[in-house]
Amino acid sequence: MESTLSEPVIGGAVPAPAAPPGGAPAKDTDEPRRGGSWLRYIGAKAGGAAVSLVMVVLLGFFAFRILPGDPVRSLADGRQVTPEQMDILRRQYGLDQPLPAQFWRYLTDLFQGKLGDSYTYNRPVMELILDRIGPTLLLTGTAAALSVVLGLWLGQRAAWRRGSRFDKTQTGLALVFWSVPTFWLGLLMLLVFAGGLHWFPTGGMVTAGVQATGFEYAWDVARHMVLPVLTMVAVVYAQYLMVMRASLLEEMSADYLVTARAKGLREDEVRRKHAVPNALLPTVTLIFLTLGGLVGGAVTVETVFSWPGLGYLTFQALSAPDFPLLQGTFVVFSSIVIIMNFFADIVYRLLDPRLRAS
Amino acid sequence: MSTLTTSRRSVATARRVQRLREVWAEFAANRAGLIGLVLLGAVILLAFLAPVLAPEETLNVTRITSAQNEPPTWANPLGTDPAGRSILAMLVWGARISLLVGFAATAVSMLIGTVVGMAAGHFTGVTQGVLMRVIDFFLVVPSLVLAIVLSSVIGPGVATIVIAIGITSWAGTARLVRSQTLSVESRAYIERSWALGASDAHVIGKHVLPAVMPLVLANTTLTVGSAIIAESTLSFLGMGDPGQISWGSMLKAALDTGAATGGYWWFVLTPGIAIVLVVLCFTLVGRAFESVINPTLRGR
Repeated sequence: MESTLSEPVIGGAVPAPAAPPGGAPAKDTDEPRRGGSWLRYIGAKAGGAAVSLVMVVLLGFFAFRILPGDPVRSLADGRQVTPEQMDILRRQYGLDQPLPAQFWRYLTDLFQGKLGDSYTYNRPVMELILDRIGPTLLLTGTAAALSVVLGLWLGQRAAWRRGSRFDKTQTGLALVFWSVPTFWLGLLMLLVFAGGLHWFPTGGMVTAGVQATGFEYAWDVARHMVLPVLTMVAVVYAQYLMVMRASLLEEMSADYLVTARAKGLREDEVRRKHAVPNALLPTVTLIFLTLGGLVGGAVTVETVFSWPGLGYLTFQALSAPDFPLLQGTFVVFSSIVIIMNFFADIVYRLLDPRLRAS
Repeated sequence: MSTLTTSRRSVATARRVQRLREVWAEFAANRAGLIGLVLLGAVILLAFLAPVLAPEETLNVTRITSAQNEPPTWANPLGTDPAGRSILAMLVWGARISLLVGFAATAVSMLIGTVVGMAAGHFTGVTQGVLMRVIDFFLVVPSLVLAIVLSSVIGPGVATIVIAIGITSWAGTARLVRSQTLSVESRAYIERSWALGASDAHVIGKHVLPAVMPLVLANTTLTVGSAIIAESTLSFLGMGDPGQISWGSMLKAALDTGAATGGYWWFVLTPGIAIVLVVLCFTLVGRAFESVINPTLRGR
């Protein structure tokens, strides 16, 4: 449990509660190990996730009501608005109702999948979020897949040849990428590959004004995706590399590798068939833990590249400010992350036979 | 009697001075940490001297003689921004906000983390259950999104950023402090203290806190680095005070004015390099300090 706090809490793409480069994934030491049946384990984890979800729902409502600042005033900020117009606005968004009534409406709406109306778009927030969630999943999914493959591959190679030049360059590079703010890396990409070399478009998801279909459309989107995906991968792969490296280093002194070598296996086979599968175990859990955070980290990348996803929507809601929209993106983002973490707990249990048996 | 107490105190003082010397010697043996410390000292000095090095009127847009978006020249070694201000002067002034927010947010985060962590480790039953749920929640919830929500409600400003970072980043500390509290409280001298009738406040204040502090302090240095990244991110998203320059707000201006796609590399590169350099320094110092405090980490 060393230096768990060194992770960039906000700036990095992944605010996961896992270990930073150089550490094995943090294990929850508080969890009862003995006698916990499968069902009880899932029950406990689901209960925890449910409590977190309830807290998100509560915070999503009360943060915008109890903290200082009148939403209607900021909505009318800088414009000539008469008190009558302010009243109309208040009524329109239900802000004239007493707090319990507002809260009741918020809850009943939420259970019907409604998140209120956006101030700036004059459309239901849920509609906006559904529009934007696809591009975010496309972007973060691609980035996650690439960084997992890259990080794990480099990590196991670095560990296997510990102390070699490959190991030193790779871990050094990973640490540097780790201290770089995501959005600055994005700006650098823009500077070099879009502004300087004109290899890739500067932003958006499709070329404006072009009605492409089929293969042409896919090609257009792919070209727009290159820079944002590269930015995300560069920031995220480092921690997969470091965890895979640490995890494999721990396995390397294990007795079963001596056995494998004594059987006459080639060094390459010892690594691929024996050491790596065991080292993957803690790593897989970490990957699941970070997937949720990756979605949250999309905010800065999407802002730099004006990628029409949830992160960019959050940024737009912040700039307006558009409180119902912000409330909606907060609830949706947080729920995604909490559910992902729940899956991480289940996968961890499923993968580790020692835990599954008990 | 008085001579006895003074001599006793002087013995204690001498021992402390001795221990500090040892810590310093161990720290100084780590060359990367030492380099980081020296560089950090230089940056802090520059930030303090900002009004002398770059008088405020050099940043006054109405009195500027330089051209807009001028590449680096002898007059403006790092070029000018889209308003014609010297980027070097902005960088020095920006260091003030970035460092100030970095330290202040870390202090907030450490305070909340230590208090909640000790409480969650010390107390049992319902209190512990509730605190653990709260810690877990703050660990899980995406910090950037929560920080955005908080700062949009409070309104932009430096204090807002400090609060937003502090509130979203304490949970890791709390978990660390809690596990340390549990391990300290399982020791025999705490049991002795209980047996002698110590109160909760006594045990926490006299025994747990001193045992937890070194760990917290070692982490502080590392946390300042990530708080500076967080500050730049929040300023970049437009949550800072529009009237004040920070490294993050410079990069926001770079994005807004299209400096990256327009090829004004000097405006994009310099604030980012400043951030990376300072964060790297804090990481080096933090790791060196940590290995002094926690000998099991040595040799990594």
